[in-house]
Amino acid sequence: MGYTLNFGAVWRNFDFLLSGLALSLGLAVISILIGAAIGLAVAFALTSKSRFAVVPARVYVTVIRNLPILVLVLFAFFALPQMGLRLDKIKSFVLVLSLYSGAYLAEVFRAGLLSIPRGLTEAGLAIGLTGMQIRSSIIAPLMLRNVLPSLSSTIISLFKDTSLAAAIAVPELTFAARKINVESFRVIETWMVTSALYVVTCFLIAAVMRFVERRLALPR
Amino acid sequence: MTHTFLEQLWIARYVIINGVGVTVSISLLAILAGSVLGVFVGLALVYGNVVLRVAVRAYTDIIRGTPVLVLVLASYYVSAAVGLDLGPFSAGVLALAIFCSSHVGEIVRGALQAIPKGQTEAAKAIGLTFTQTFTSVLWPQAMRQCLPAWVNTAAEMVKASTLLSVIGVAELLLRTQEIISRNFMSLQFYFLAGGLFFIVNYGIEHFGRYVERKTALPS
Repeated sequence: MGYTLNFGAVWRNFDFLLSGLALSLGLAVISILIGAAIGLAVAFALTSKSRFAVVPARVYVTVIRNLPILVLVLFAFFALPQMGLRLDKIKSFVLVLSLYSGAYLAEVFRAGLLSIPRGLTEAGLAIGLTGMQIRSSIIAPLMLRNVLPSLSSTIISLFKDTSLAAAIAVPELTFAARKINVESFRVIETWMVTSALYVVTCFLIAAVMRFVERRLALPR
Repeated sequence: MTHTFLEQLWIARYVIINGVGVTVSISLLAILAGSVLGVFVGLALVYGNVVLRVAVRAYTDIIRGTPVLVLVLASYYVSAAVGLDLGPFSAGVLALAIFCSSHVGEIVRGALQAIPKGQTEAAKAIGLTFTQTFTSVLWPQAMRQCLPAWVNTAAEMVKASTLLSVIGVAELLLRTQEIISRNFMSLQFYFLAGGLFFIVNYGIEHFGRYVERKTALPS
């Protein structure tokens, strides 16, 4: 094969790739923060005693987790306007990724909540805290520490899911790569560099999460 | 354009069934190829020598750090650029199988490493060779451990098969988009596609739980 690697076209467009990566990260951060709030609320609902809380929470988590995210992305962008909700492509993608991450994070948080010994709630009640106070100042902080390892793999997988925004022409990293690929025909180089950018970013996210984990670890 | 949804559904019935068939074939092929490859990846990660371990570790880390959509696009464009005429279907299945293999590899590695060392020692003590130890002591236990995570991966693959629509494989999602471009009923037909994907994945999940119960050790 007479193919020689030539990264010239990719380096010339490197700013474009980097701004795509920045947008990917932005989409991920916003969606995961909203998703974490949803996930926490849903996890408390899943572990509550009331069936009125458990059933809708379970339905939400099961439905979202069994649907391909690309179907949700296309649905939000193309079908929601028919229901009178017209969002631009970035907003509709953030809406989808927030709801999607909410369902995955809810399962992560639920597992964490189940690992908190019942005695802590009783101790909280004994010193006169309300249920809300017990959740926000005893259970949630402890649970968050416990779930950090599975939280970091969920966050990485959600970051990778931002690539789906390319399907509705949001100019994030995958979209940028595709554009460079089509314009320059430096196919192998484009995808090598793009993949490297994703791998390095995932690696950095994992490193940051491990750092946070060590800092927050309870003394043993 | 005065057709109702049910009439449109009737007109599109073969297209939808065809799409479901393509989705199922993509998923099955990718899961099968990916699982076979993944078992070797897992074995290499646990029993390989240093060179093999480092190489396979790099492979899994790169694949797991790259979004599936990027794998699909890269596989499609790169295979064409180097003169391998795979076509969208094979290129897409190849990307999904590679993605699946990295996940199955990690699952197999985890399961093999979770088996207590005493099992290997006991097998050695009664005079089994490594191959015998592996096939009749370690592997059956590892399989049981793998099952729940493997079922999850299978459901992931069905969901990931939708990404092949981006490179023009006429699976269920691309078929749905085509139908919508003719009748503009995006709400109804996306709901239908979502419902079909949900049924397939939910079915896999329940089948997995059934197999898990069947193969569980009596406790």
